[in-house]
Amino acid sequence: MTESTRVRLTACAKTFPDGTRALEPVDLDVRGGETVVLLGPSGCGKTTLLRIVAGLAAPDPGGTVLFNDDDVTTLPIERRNVGMVFQSYALFPNMTVRENVAYGLKVRKMPAAESGPRVDEMLEMMHIADLAHRPIDQLSGGQRQRVALARAIAVRPRVLLLDEPLTALDALLRERLRVEIDGLLRGLGITAIYVTHDQAEAMALGDRIVVMSRGRIAQVGSPRDIYYRPASPFVADFVGTANRLPAVASADSLMVAGVAIPWPSGRSPGQAAEALFRPEDAEIVAAPDAHFTGRVKTAFFLGDRTRLILEGIGEGSIVVESEGRRTFQSGDEVPIRIRPEGLMVIGAAE
Amino acid sequence: MRPRLFFHLQLAFTLGVCAFLVVPVMLSVLAGLTENFFIGLRSGLTVRWLAQVWGLYAETVVLSLQIALWCLAVTLVLGLPAAYSLYRLGGRVARAIEETIVLPVAVPGLATALALIITYGGVKDFRASWVFILVGHVLYTLPFMVRSVMAVLYSINVAELEESAASLGAGFWRRLFTVVLPNCKPGILAGALMVVTLSVGEFNLTWMLHTPMTKTLPVGLADSYASMRLEVASAYTVVFFIMIVPLLIAMQMVSSQDRSRIKRRAPEDSGVPAVSGSKS
Amino acid sequence: MDQRDDYPRLFVLVLPLGIAFAAFFLVPMAQLAVVGATGEAGLSAYLSIINTPRHFESMVATLVLSAAVTVAALAISTVAGLFLVRNRFPGRETLIAVLTLPLAFPGVVIGFMMILLAGRQGLIGDITKALTGEKLVFAYSMGGLFLGYLYFSIPRVILTLMAAAEKLDPALEEAARSLGAPAWRVVLDVVLPALSPGLIASGGICFATSMGAFGTAFTLATNIDVLPMTIYTEFTLNANIVSAATLSIVLGLVTWVALFAARTFAGSSVAASG
Repeated sequence: MTESTRVRLTACAKTFPDGTRALEPVDLDVRGGETVVLLGPSGCGKTTLLRIVAGLAAPDPGGTVLFNDDDVTTLPIERRNVGMVFQSYALFPNMTVRENVAYGLKVRKMPAAESGPRVDEMLEMMHIADLAHRPIDQLSGGQRQRVALARAIAVRPRVLLLDEPLTALDALLRERLRVEIDGLLRGLGITAIYVTHDQAEAMALGDRIVVMSRGRIAQVGSPRDIYYRPASPFVADFVGTANRLPAVASADSLMVAGVAIPWPSGRSPGQAAEALFRPEDAEIVAAPDAHFTGRVKTAFFLGDRTRLILEGIGEGSIVVESEGRRTFQSGDEVPIRIRPEGLMVIGAAE
Repeated sequence: MRPRLFFHLQLAFTLGVCAFLVVPVMLSVLAGLTENFFIGLRSGLTVRWLAQVWGLYAETVVLSLQIALWCLAVTLVLGLPAAYSLYRLGGRVARAIEETIVLPVAVPGLATALALIITYGGVKDFRASWVFILVGHVLYTLPFMVRSVMAVLYSINVAELEESAASLGAGFWRRLFTVVLPNCKPGILAGALMVVTLSVGEFNLTWMLHTPMTKTLPVGLADSYASMRLEVASAYTVVFFIMIVPLLIAMQMVSSQDRSRIKRRAPEDSGVPAVSGSKS
Repeated sequence: MDQRDDYPRLFVLVLPLGIAFAAFFLVPMAQLAVVGATGEAGLSAYLSIINTPRHFESMVATLVLSAAVTVAALAISTVAGLFLVRNRFPGRETLIAVLTLPLAFPGVVIGFMMILLAGRQGLIGDITKALTGEKLVFAYSMGGLFLGYLYFSIPRVILTLMAAAEKLDPALEEAARSLGAPAWRVVLDVVLPALSPGLIASGGICFATSMGAFGTAFTLATNIDVLPMTIYTEFTLNANIVSAATLSIVLGLVTWVALFAARTFAGSSVAASG
């Protein structure tokens, strides 16, 4: 195992020839062996950022890409020694599974005595050894993605880049391959950058998540950071569900929609802010203990729980959850209580 | 039972159209094989006319094949790299170039031929050789090769295959020869069939560009239509059909294969691999 | 492989074609245009299509013929093409093969076949003689030209139309049905509008091909001069190169405009011209 590579980007921006700015200047430091997930809606610049790391797109002048201490900014992709996995797999249809996996080694002129066992090892690892001599068009989607992974890893790349590798697969298979990829990345200890728009995938796979929006990095942090301490309403909304209520801070409590909730913050009083909380941080309680009481607008039975959309608290609607067996009619009054530790406050100065 | 009636009316109409296309072909085959077309089948069947045609016009068959194969070679050499280049370049410039090379198909062959004669007619050796005809055929068939290859490049998204080859370390030329070219094959095959078929049947340009020493099959046909008895002309037409119909059938087969390839999609995971598509 | 890195190599790859094309098409075409403009009449030679009655008549005849063939070919191919796409029955593949097989038959051969069909010794003549005592011969008139042009147009048009019809989303028709539309309304409101790009495209190809067709008229040796025949006569018999050149350029412009217009309205496709 080669030592893992640290990837550093400084001031990497991308402007397309037609003048559109796909990426504002971005700095990013990926530690060796770490898996970083670029997460965001389509058009947020995550794929562009990945392509800059790969060498498929050059950053605007001024941007630099470092692999450890090597400046690879001007190096074309074929000389960066990266492994790349594409959403559409991009397997060579003129080659068999085995030939696909061996391609990178052949390009590197590895002698057959060495490359043969390496390819076998990869096929074993991805559980596709019995498909070795199949042509690509006889493989299912999941099999194709295994081949693509084996092909990318076979060359022992410095960095593994994955561009929405699971998006084209159905839900069940996505789940299964996600677990496998997770095990693979941890096992190899390879530096990996993984692009996705699926927050569940990001949470499961990322050591750190980079949430992106409109060509900028909205937040970088561990999955827990991102979920429990979102830096902006955008992040809170994009990762999980967030309820938003207007709030005013005081010394030891927070006035949320006119109700004081104890909240030790040490913030300057009187500051307007926004309070966010996750549905699971609101409990349905007996009326006397409630912070708020809402009216059921709609109730969705989800099996393990029931999701309620409540009206009458703040301006819009609030989403809370109840255990699955309890039933609700629209118009029912539901008293709720917010766990203080679940309150996230955005907009109040520290 | 009105839907059935409607179905049969349409079927009858379609059969009528087919008859319109097939009956004349059958007439010329029949005329080429009967002793005397005026008297009809009663006069008996013969290969006399075919033999006579072969004696008179064998050279035109040879020349037509020769030009068609050269035409294929030249369109491959010029068209393949250009198709790839235009695909990769994309944008307005590539579209303008593509638009321009299609002009010899859009403009009547007569005009192209006149232009060639006016410009190069003075170069006697060139004008008198079969290469003069070849030039016309290449101009006319090139866009079919280029477009056919470009269509495949687009349909299999070669740009992404190249990106993945590059990520594995392959440089420009290696990508071109190990990834781009092998995957162009269906387009090359379809384009090649088109080029050869069109070249063998080309008349508009060729009639103007030929000399008495450089007669192709269609030129010979026009000759025989004007000067030979009906049976000989028909027999000659039969020879032409024998050459062109297999090409046309091959073209149909290739295009229907392409269609079924597109229709066949990766099955969802079942652990069982898909059986490669049977013919529809 | 940022695109720009490869520009020089991509340029090299397209260069041979560029040179050959410039030398053997662009330069000669320019020369042709210049020759047309530098006769005794100068630039006004290009007006001969209007001024010279013989040329004008020829132009009008060609336009009328091509338009009529286009309309007929579209009508016939729409009926037959839709039928073949929307029905599955034994023998269907054969019918499709038959309808598209004559795709690359040259005009001369088609002209000859029209003689066999409707000429002095033709099948139609025999049949009509047996039925009515009158021998119907029309191969050498406008009728023969029309039939011949129809012959080479149908395969092209039907191929384009069937491809367009196969792409129709069946859900659209089902939606119209579910809303209570009778079959003829579905065809009128859903099918034909969805087919219209295909109709425009194949109509353009058909019209342009008919305008430039030469072989059929050449074989039939009719008394009607279509424009390509007029050009040929000017060039060979009258040795009037200026006239031939100007008429060629005008004809080329007409066919190119027809194709360009069709493509602008309907997306692109190339088809062989006969």
